[in-house]
Amino acid sequence: MKKLLLATALVGFGGVALAQDVVRLGTEGAYPPYNFINDAGEVDGFERKFGDELCKRAALTCEWTTNEWDSIIPNLQSGNYDVIIAGMSITDEREEIVDFTQAYIPPASSAYLALSADADLMSGAVAAQTSTIQAAFVAENGMQVVEYATPEETVAAVKNGEAVAVLADKDYLKPIAAESNGELVLLAKEESIGGGVGMAFRDSDDAVREKFDAAITSMKEDGTLNAMILEYFGPEAKTW
Amino acid sequence: MFAACADPKSIEGLTWAFCYLTSGKHLDFYWSFLTVLMLLAITAPAALALGFMGATAARSQALPARILGKTYIAMVRGIPDIIFFLFFVIALDQGIEYLKHLAVCPSGAPWPWQGLEFRVCKEAKVPLGSSSAFWHNAYGFALAVVTFAIVFGAFAANVMFGAMQAVPKAQLETAEAYGMSNAQVFRRILVPQMWVYALPGLSNLWMILIKATPLLFLLGVEDIVYYARELGGSKTNSYAYPHRDWRLIYFIGLMIFYLTMTKLSEGVLGRLSARLSQGQATAAGEAMRRAGA
Amino acid sequence: MTCFETIQAYGLRSIGIGEKLLPKTDFTLCQQFTLIGSGMIWNLYFGVLALLAGFFLANALALSKSAHSPWARKPAEWFVFVFRGSPLFIQFFLAYETLVLLPRSGIEIFGITLATSWTTKAWAGALFVMFLNTAAYSAEIFYGALRSIPKGDLEAAEAFGITGWQKFARIQWPTMLRLGWPAYTNEAIFLFHATTLVFFSSFPAFGQMGDALYYANYFADKTFNPFVPYPIIAFYFILLTLLVTFVFGRINRRLNRYVPQNQRSRIRLRVALIR
Repeated sequence: MKKLLLATALVGFGGVALAQDVVRLGTEGAYPPYNFINDAGEVDGFERKFGDELCKRAALTCEWTTNEWDSIIPNLQSGNYDVIIAGMSITDEREEIVDFTQAYIPPASSAYLALSADADLMSGAVAAQTSTIQAAFVAENGMQVVEYATPEETVAAVKNGEAVAVLADKDYLKPIAAESNGELVLLAKEESIGGGVGMAFRDSDDAVREKFDAAITSMKEDGTLNAMILEYFGPEAKTW
Repeated sequence: MFAACADPKSIEGLTWAFCYLTSGKHLDFYWSFLTVLMLLAITAPAALALGFMGATAARSQALPARILGKTYIAMVRGIPDIIFFLFFVIALDQGIEYLKHLAVCPSGAPWPWQGLEFRVCKEAKVPLGSSSAFWHNAYGFALAVVTFAIVFGAFAANVMFGAMQAVPKAQLETAEAYGMSNAQVFRRILVPQMWVYALPGLSNLWMILIKATPLLFLLGVEDIVYYARELGGSKTNSYAYPHRDWRLIYFIGLMIFYLTMTKLSEGVLGRLSARLSQGQATAAGEAMRRAGA
Repeated sequence: MTCFETIQAYGLRSIGIGEKLLPKTDFTLCQQFTLIGSGMIWNLYFGVLALLAGFFLANALALSKSAHSPWARKPAEWFVFVFRGSPLFIQFFLAYETLVLLPRSGIEIFGITLATSWTTKAWAGALFVMFLNTAAYSAEIFYGALRSIPKGDLEAAEAFGITGWQKFARIQWPTMLRLGWPAYTNEAIFLFHATTLVFFSSFPAFGQMGDALYYANYFADKTFNPFVPYPIIAFYFILLTLLVTFVFGRINRRLNRYVPQNQRSRIRLRVALIR
C-alpha cells in the first residue's frame, strides 16, 4: 500500500515537469476512513483513492493538500486549492457559497457513539465537531452541544465523560466502536442529515467541476465507486 | 523505511516502538522542529528591522511618518495577536495576488473580488497553479514569516522607541555641540547607545516569539503542534500503527522542548547583556566596574 | 428583527440567556456586533478574576523568590520558570487533558465525595490556568521591582526604627507596587488578549456559549467572510485595552501620590513582561 502511494505521489510530481495545470485537491486529513494522513505522512483513505481515480479518468494532474476543517471553504475561495474533497455533506448553506458535484457517497446516516447503549442524550452534552452539520443538528434539536475542533477530540470527550455521546458520520464512528473492545457502542438511534457527500468547487470553476462530475458518473456506472465504498466503509455501507 | 518495519502489524515491543518512531510521519514531525527554528531565525532579524523602522518613524520630525509609526506601535497593544493572525494572512495573500493581477493580467480582466470569491487570472496566482507542492509550502511559510515579522516588528518598535528615548539627552546635546548633524547624532550616538537599553525588552521579545510559535498552525503551516496533535490522536486499524490517545505524551514533549529553548535563550541573552553593559553608564555597568576593580 | 430586538435576544447569549439558537440567516452587522460583544463577557470574566487572584499569588511568589532560604526560593523559581517558559496554548492543553483524567464520579476523601466534573469546564479550568500563568508573570515583575527598591529608602526606614513587618508593609511593598506598576499594566493588557485562547485551544464551548473569538469564528464560518467579524473583535479589544489603561493609570496615580512630581513613574508604551 505504501509503495503504491509513493508511486502516485511521483506521478503528481511528474505532471509538474510537463508544465500542465495542476488541480489542487484540498482535504482535512483527520477523518478516517474518509481521509487521513497515514504513517508515511501521505494523504490516505477512501477519498485519496477515489480522488486519484477521478483525476486519472478526467486526465488531470492532481496534487493533495490539507487544511484545517474550519477554514476549508475560505481557503478554497481565496484560491489556495481548487477542490474540496473532505467528506463534505452537500447542504443548502454551503451550496450558496460553493458549487458541488453530484454526491459520490449516498446520504449517510449520522450515528451516536456512547459509553453504553442506553445513554440518555438529554442527560448531558452531546459532542460534535465545530461547524459540521452534526453540530448544527444537535443545537437545533434541543440537546446541549459541546464543540471540539477535531473529530478526534469529540470521541475523546465521550471516553472521558465530558459528553454523553458524540454525533458524527456513522462511517467515521463505526471502526472506532468496533475496535474499542466494547468500551464504546453505537446507539440504535440514527439521524439522517445532509444530502450526501460531494466535492466542492468555486462557483467560477465550472469547467473543472464538469470534468470531475463526468468522471464520478463513469465510476458510478461501471461499479468501481461501489466497490471502493464497500472496501473502505464495510459490507453494510450504502451504495449507488 | 527499514526492512524490519515492512509489516508493522506483526511486530511488537521495542522493534515496534523503533519502527513507530521512525515512520514517515514521525520524520515529518522531527523536520517540523526545524521549521519552527527556521521561522525563529528568519523572523527575529526581520522583526528587528521592521521595529527599527517603526521606532525611527515614531520619532521622526515629519508628522505623517510619526503618525504612521505610532499607529503601528499602538496596533499591538490593542489587538490580540491571534485575531491578527486569523485574517491577516488571507488579506496578505489576496493583496499580493491583486498586485500581481494589476501587473500581469490582460487588461479588461474582471475585478478580483467577486462576492466572497477572490479570483485573479491564471498568470497572477502566487505561486502559479503549475508549481510543485514545495513552492506552495514555501509560499505558505513565507506568508507566515511576514505576518510574524509584522506583528513582532511592532513589539520591537515599541521597545526600541522606549530605548531611544532612554538615551541620556546630555549625550545627544554634547554631540550636537560638537557640530554633528542630526543624521550623524542618530547614527553615531543614538543607535549605538540604544542597544543596551533595548536589550532587556528585546530579550523578552525573543522569549515571546518562541512562545508564539504554537500559533503557526493558525497560519496554515504544519508545525510541531499540528504534528503532535496528528500523531498523538488515537489511531484505528486504518493506520499502520494503531494506538490509544497519546496526545498528552506528545504535548509534554513539546513542553520540554519549549522549556529547553527558554533555558538556552536565558543563558545566551544573559551573557550578551553582560557584554553590552560593559563600560555603560547604567546600574549594571557600574556594578561590573566595581566588581572588576 | 430590529437591531434592538437582536440585542435583547443575543446580548447575553454567551452566558446562556436569551434566544436558544444562534442566528442562521442574515448575519447582519448588528447580529455580529451583539454576539461578539456578548462573548466579551467571558473575556472580561477570565481577565478580571485571573488578575485579581493572580495578584495575591504573585506577591507571595515574588517574596519567596527573593527569600534567602532555598526551601522558599527554589519552588517559586521553578513555578515562575515553568509558566513563563512554556506557551500558554500548551499549558491550556495539558491542563485540560489532565483534568479530564480525574474520575468523573468524584474523588472520595474521608467519606466526602468531591465532585470533579466542573473542573474541566472553561469557567473553572481555564480560569485556574490563567490565574497561575498571570501569577508567574506578575511575580517576575514584582520580584524585579522588589530588587530595585532604592537602598536609601530602606536605610532611612531603619534609621527611623521601622523594621520587620512594619518596614515591609509601609515601605517595601508600596514601593514595589509603584515601581512594578507600569510593567504590571502591560501584563494586564496582554492577559486580556490571552483570554481569546481559552475556547480556541482546548476547552470546549458548551451549548454554543463561548467568548468573543468563538462567535467571531462562528460568523466567519457561516458567512465565509473573515473580513467582517475579526475586525469587529479587534475593535472591541481596542476599547478594552483603552479601559484597562485608564483604570491602571488611575491606580498608578494613586500609588505615586507621595512621590515628587518630577520623579513619578509614568506608564510608558513598553513591552516589559508579556507572554
